[in-house]
Amino acid sequence: MSVAAVQVGAVAGRSIKRTLRQPAMSVPPLVFPVALMLVNSAGLEPSTLLPGFPTTSFLAFALAVPFIQGALFATMNAGTELARDIQTGFLNRLSLTSLRGSALLAGHLAGVVVLGIAQAVFYIAVGLILGVNFASGPAGIVVLLIFSALVALGFGALGAFLALRTGTGEAVQSMFPLLFVFLFISSMNTPRDLIAVDWFRFLASINPVSYLIECVRSLIITGWDARALALGFGIAMIIAVVSLVLSAWALTRRMTRT
Amino acid sequence: MAVDNSIVVEGLVREFRKGPRAVDGIDLRVEPGEIYGFLGPNGAGKSTTVLMLTTLLPPTAGTARVAGFDVVKEGPKVRGSIGAALQEAALDQLLTGRDHLRLQTMLQGLPREERRSRTVELLERVGLTEAADRKVGGYSGGMKRRLDLALALVHRPRVLFLDEPTTGLDPQSRTALWEEVARLAREDGVTVFLTTQYLEEADVLADRVGIIDHGRIVAEGTPTDLKAEIGRPSVHAIAARSQDEGRIVELLRRYGEPLGNGELAVRLETGVGLADVVRGLDQEGIALDDVELRAPTLDDVFLAKTGRTLEGAEESEEA
Repeated sequence: MSVAAVQVGAVAGRSIKRTLRQPAMSVPPLVFPVALMLVNSAGLEPSTLLPGFPTTSFLAFALAVPFIQGALFATMNAGTELARDIQTGFLNRLSLTSLRGSALLAGHLAGVVVLGIAQAVFYIAVGLILGVNFASGPAGIVVLLIFSALVALGFGALGAFLALRTGTGEAVQSMFPLLFVFLFISSMNTPRDLIAVDWFRFLASINPVSYLIECVRSLIITGWDARALALGFGIAMIIAVVSLVLSAWALTRRMTRT
Repeated sequence: MAVDNSIVVEGLVREFRKGPRAVDGIDLRVEPGEIYGFLGPNGAGKSTTVLMLTTLLPPTAGTARVAGFDVVKEGPKVRGSIGAALQEAALDQLLTGRDHLRLQTMLQGLPREERRSRTVELLERVGLTEAADRKVGGYSGGMKRRLDLALALVHRPRVLFLDEPTTGLDPQSRTALWEEVARLAREDGVTVFLTTQYLEEADVLADRVGIIDHGRIVAEGTPTDLKAEIGRPSVHAIAARSQDEGRIVELLRRYGEPLGNGELAVRLETGVGLADVVRGLDQEGIALDDVELRAPTLDDVFLAKTGRTLEGAEESEEA
């Protein structure tokens, strides 16, 4: 194994180890999205009676949301962790080794992706236990895990960018409500074509988070929807590429070593 | 090619935006295997110098070569040759001591088969074998510093930078760290660049000392030579009655130059001894609570070069 691969693995391993050793970081991304999903499902079940609602199970409809919500939680945690490394001087320790900036970022994001996939496995398990039938079958579950990894990568890089630019965990956490606004002004609770209020439907339609949710939702309740998959994967890819470029740039500014 | 463990600095400057020159054109040379003490108050420019020499901060002007490599042009080669324990022991509170060393061996590119043995060896060396599997969050200050030192040694560096390694440590931990640093230089030939604000540390540990104040080196030499430069001992008195203090000051002036540090103290003229001072005080009928003859210290050197004591300089920097 090359030195760079060992270094990426070492940084990723530390990231995972830290998360697992902090229940306050590892439990909320699992519990809160599922709790919110269960509450919404209980309260909004009658929505399935609306003409044109795509499924008779609101739980199946709502199961897509934890995937994105959990990714947001994990992102903020990961960004906060990186900011803490900057504040405590741990980044300087890493900078004094032969670790390349790209390996540091790759390792950090690898940790975020592994945890993102673990979260996705948990949500899928919860869905299966609660009787949700995945319309796209086992292959769809594999695609869902790949999509979750891509979303975690994109949001993780966004969190890394915020951490590297601001250098403080508080600044990273202050972005959390803003990202949650994106989640709430989306099609998380109602299909876009059934949103009756024009301005809300408009905002939901220009909100990229809607398409991420609909990509997951299509795999759960529709089966293989090429348009939803293309839009979801395309937008997740764009978020990932833009965030990676931004975080790589921010890292070069932050690691000023010669 | 001969291995170069030296540090050579010429005209090194670091300016911060909207700030003063933190380092204002310093020149210094540290010979291979030497322990160089960089002594000065907080804010004098010690840590900024270390950051530049360890490649973490680009200099504004000047040149520096560490282990034979230019810190600006050959950063990766410098980093490969040095170990550093910076001012704050930047450790991960959630990782164990062993986790830290394992991570460091991987990041420093040690071969897989060597990582485990090097980890065990360094844990043993810094006396952390028993605490190796405890989270660092539960370590004492001394244990953290020892782990920090072990991490700096993972890749067997030729030059070691220690930025205030014993600040906040109890005397026992401080002595243990001094012994280890001295052993590294003596037995392994490691060049050590050590910043400190403790006079005793520089005096005991360093082969040579550079005294820095306001970004400039104001004195340099072996502790013995620097103190010899000041030369004469001083007498320090404590009056039994406060109303006698003025008379004591006047009397002490007969025997030398007042130190001007707020104490009843005088640097003795050549040929004058403590007995002369005591006799003079006795003849004047002045009672003392205490009188003491002190050999010159590095603080006296600092006072002579800057007009302030090191302790006073700390206070004025903080104010």
